[in-house]
Parts: sequence; C-alpha cells; structure tokens
Amino acid sequence: MANRFSIKHQPGFTAIAATCFIVLYLPIVVLVIYAFNAATSTSEWGGFSLKWFQSAWQNTQVIDATLRSFQIGATAAVFSTIFATMAALATTRTAPYPGLTFKYAAINQPLMVPEIVTGVALLIFFSRIKIFTGYSGLGYLIAAHTAFCIPFAYLPIRARLENMDLTLERAAADLYATPWRTFRRITLPLLWPGILAGLMLAFVISLDDVVITEFVKSGGQDTLPTYMLGQIRRGITPEINAISTVFLLLSVAIVTLFFFISRKHA
Amino acid sequence: MATAEEVAKAAERRDIRDRWLLSAPALLVIFLAATGPLLIVLVYSFLTPGSYGDVKWQFSPEAWIAVFLERDIFDDTLSVAAAHVTIFLRSIKLSVVTTIATLVLGFPTAYFMATRSEKTRDLWLFLITIPFWTNLLIRTFAVLQIIRNEGIVNTILLKLGIISSPIQILYTDTAILIGMAYVYLPLMVLPIYASMEKLDFRLVEAGYDLYATRFKVLRKIIFPLVKPGVIAGSILVFIPALGAYVTPSVLGGGKNMMLSNLIELQFGQGRNWPLGSALSIAVMIIVMVALLAYVRNAGKSGVRHG
Repeated sequence: MANRFSIKHQPGFTAIAATCFIVLYLPIVVLVIYAFNAATSTSEWGGFSLKWFQSAWQNTQVIDATLRSFQIGATAAVFSTIFATMAALATTRTAPYPGLTFKYAAINQPLMVPEIVTGVALLIFFSRIKIFTGYSGLGYLIAAHTAFCIPFAYLPIRARLENMDLTLERAAADLYATPWRTFRRITLPLLWPGILAGLMLAFVISLDDVVITEFVKSGGQDTLPTYMLGQIRRGITPEINAISTVFLLLSVAIVTLFFFISRKHA
Repeated sequence: MATAEEVAKAAERRDIRDRWLLSAPALLVIFLAATGPLLIVLVYSFLTPGSYGDVKWQFSPEAWIAVFLERDIFDDTLSVAAAHVTIFLRSIKLSVVTTIATLVLGFPTAYFMATRSEKTRDLWLFLITIPFWTNLLIRTFAVLQIIRNEGIVNTILLKLGIISSPIQILYTDTAILIGMAYVYLPLMVLPIYASMEKLDFRLVEAGYDLYATRFKVLRKIIFPLVKPGVIAGSILVFIPALGAYVTPSVLGGGKNMMLSNLIELQFGQGRNWPLGSALSIAVMIIVMVALLAYVRNAGKSGVRHG
C-alpha cells in the first residue's frame, strides 16, 4: 500500500488504466477463441476445431486476396521506403533552405486528409485515366498505397538521420571517398535500422488499408481487408475469425520485430 | 577566377538543387496519387451530375447548395436538407463524444504508464502499440462480436438475470460510438504518454509541499504540463473519427450513416458525383479548421512552457 502515499498516486487512475487494457484486449481474445469454434454459427460454442482455418485455406478467394495484399504491400513498401529515404536525406542535416517547409508539408499531407476524401479523389482521377489508357491493373492500387505509405516510412528514417551527425561522412570525404562511396559505406549502414523500421511500417500500413483500396480497386481486385469487409457486411461465419486470427498473428509479429529493432538502436 | 564567396554560393546552389532532385520522387508520387486528385474533387463539386454517374462538363453550383439545402421538385423552393444536416450533426457529435470518451479513459492510462518504473514502461507501451498496429477492420469486427445480441456482453447480462431480453446495441449510434472509442483509444494514449513521460515529478512534489490536494496537483500542475499531448491526442482521434468509414459501415448498419457513408452513397447508388465531391470538400474544411486550431494552440503552449 506504499503506493497510496506516493506523490505519483492519483485516486482511481490505476483502476481506469487496468480497465483500458482489459477492454483493449478482451474483444481480440474473444475473436481468436471463436476462430476455433466447431459450430457453424458464431453465436454458440460447439467445441474446439480447426475446421475454419482449413476452410479459409481452401477458399481460393481468400488465398487470392491474401496474395494480392502481399503483392501490393511489398511493392508499395519498397517504393515508398526508397522515396522516403531519399526525401529524408534531402530534408535533414541542413540549414533551412527555400522549400524545406513546403516539403515537410507535402510529405505529411496524406496524413492530414481523411481517408474517405483521398479515396473519393482517387476514384475520380483513376476512373478518368482508366478510360483514357484502357489499363486497369494493380498499378493504381500500388500507386495509391505508395503515396500514403511515404509519410509513415519517412518518420523513422528522418528520426534516425537527425540523430546522426556529419562527422563520419566528412571524414570519409577527407579520405577522398566519392559521395556515392561515402553513402554506400557510411550513411547507408548507419541509417539501416531506420530504413528497416520504415519498410515494416509501410508494409503494415498498406496491409491494413481498407478505405482507399475499397474506392480505388477495380472488379476482382479485392485485397484481404476489402474481402473481409464484404463478408462481414453479408453476415459472418467463424471463417472470418480464422482469417482475422492469422492476420493478427502476422501484425503482432511485425510490430514485435519493429519494436525490438527500434529499441535496440534507440 | 571565381572568388571564394562565389564558389561557396555555387556549392550551396548545387546542394539545394540536389536536395530537390532527391525529394522529387516522393513529392511526385504524393502529388499524383494523393494531393493532386483533391484539386479534381474541388473542380467536380462545381459540375453537373451525369446520368450514369461521373459528370457533365457544365458549371453548376447545385452540388454545393445540396450540401445543406433541398430543392423542391415542384415549385423550386429551397428548404433545409434535414437528412444531410442530421448526418453532419451526428458525425460531429459522435466524433466529439468519441474524443471525450477516449480522453477520459486515455489520460489516466497514459498517467499510469508514465508512472511505472523505466523497465516496465516499455512493456506497457508495447501493449498499447499492438492494438494500434492491428488492422482496424479486425478490431471493429471484434467489437461487433462482443456487442451483438448473441455476443458476450448480452449473454453475461442475461445469465446474471440483469436483463430478460438482449439489449440491441448493434446498428445504433451507441455501437458506432463504442467501436470508434475502442479503435481510436491508442491514438489518444500515445501522444499523452509522450508528454507525460517528460513530466518533471519534482514539480508535483513541490505542489504537495505547498499543501495542494491530489486533485489540485492534477488540475494545476500535471494537466497544464501535458496539455500539448492532450491536444495532439484529441486531434488524432477527432480527425479520423469524423471521416470514419469502416466503423459506421460495420457497426452502424445501413441506416445510421456518418459523413463518409453519405459520400460513398453519392458515388454509388446516388449517382451524384458533384454532391459527393462537395461533401468531401466540406469534410476536409472541418478537418482543416480543427488542424488550424491545433497548430495555433500548440504554438501558444509551446511558448508558455518553453
């Protein structure tokens, strides 16, 4: 009970915090438990079973949507991380120059606009281009995802760069290293944890997107989240729980990795 | 021969040019697939709807009038569009209440986290971060399963004999509210925690030395010092809540629309792209006003606390 006399104690705060953590995890735990439900309906418990994981695994729509999600996520993450790294190099470790503030604003712009507005805007813009060029492939989704992933990838890379001073790069230049060689041998290895963190963040953000994808996708271009949204709207079977459980595991794995990478190099 | 000054100037110019070249790809992608299309939305909001969706290239202010007003089909008189006003007010109300709910829950949670020992702090932070990075749709779906008529909340209440028939929570405003508060809670906790972590508890101690009560310390010392975090958290919750699409679609059913569902409707069955565009711009204006208020407030508190 020493806590009661601590200057840090505030009455009721610990109880509220405990409630918060329980409330945050309870629905997720219930969702995962019901993924192992043998019953066909989600309203009763019919014993333990893996059949919904099996049925999801055999559902070609689920597999297609998952592969599409990964394809879009991986491509968008790689592109956005490369572009964000370049932009971060261009906007850090310098005296203010004309256009610097503009660049900050422009890079963070996708974060300021509600997703629904961006979704609608891209629907209009891309539908025009589709008519004009006749191309209706995954390129539109990849472009849209790359754009909104850039600010997320930029965040950890910029943070990392700001903690690196120019001493080592200057030393390399003094030793007659070319700028490219300095970048390859000095800057890039030091920056690597930031880039990795940015890459993972971008991938998760792309994988999670529902709204923009829902508006940009053409027929037959469902990603896993938009497929799930459609299923949930139609009525639910424990199969969605099973898919969600696998998806959750993946997210938790990536976040854990991210957490350790950023902590190790903090 | 160039003077040293000229050489330095030229080097600086080259540096700035290189920096523009380096940032060009990122800026270009964002312009093409995020910022640029917003301008097209603005243009579309002043055009005439086409018969099968899309637009006719003909100027018309009708879409903007239709945001809040209704034109009578017979005598052309204008009256307030009750449906739109209701949806606007509902969205703003739900977003404000969500912000308040997450603040009431999130502030003590952030305080709790910040007052743990340094080692366990990371663990609590990790526990808050996990839901933050898990798919929003999955979390909304998890809430749906909890509050359904056959869900765990109703089942427990029924078993305990507190209620005799399930409470209909799903497909009501309350459901949207619960869902939004649930999914956006980490967005409130994280920035408050960030300012709370830097809090100097010697100031709190000084307050107690001067005979302040616990509540007074909270109100006069802790709260003012973490105010930037509180404002940041409120903005981070309010903006996505106002434009929320997934949560109201899944938990609100078809009839409890929010702004995003109204916008979607115009691009789907409504076949009124200009109206959808005007509504989108209207949402963006509300968001911009909120952001501006934040920037001004953040600037002010920044000066006060150095």
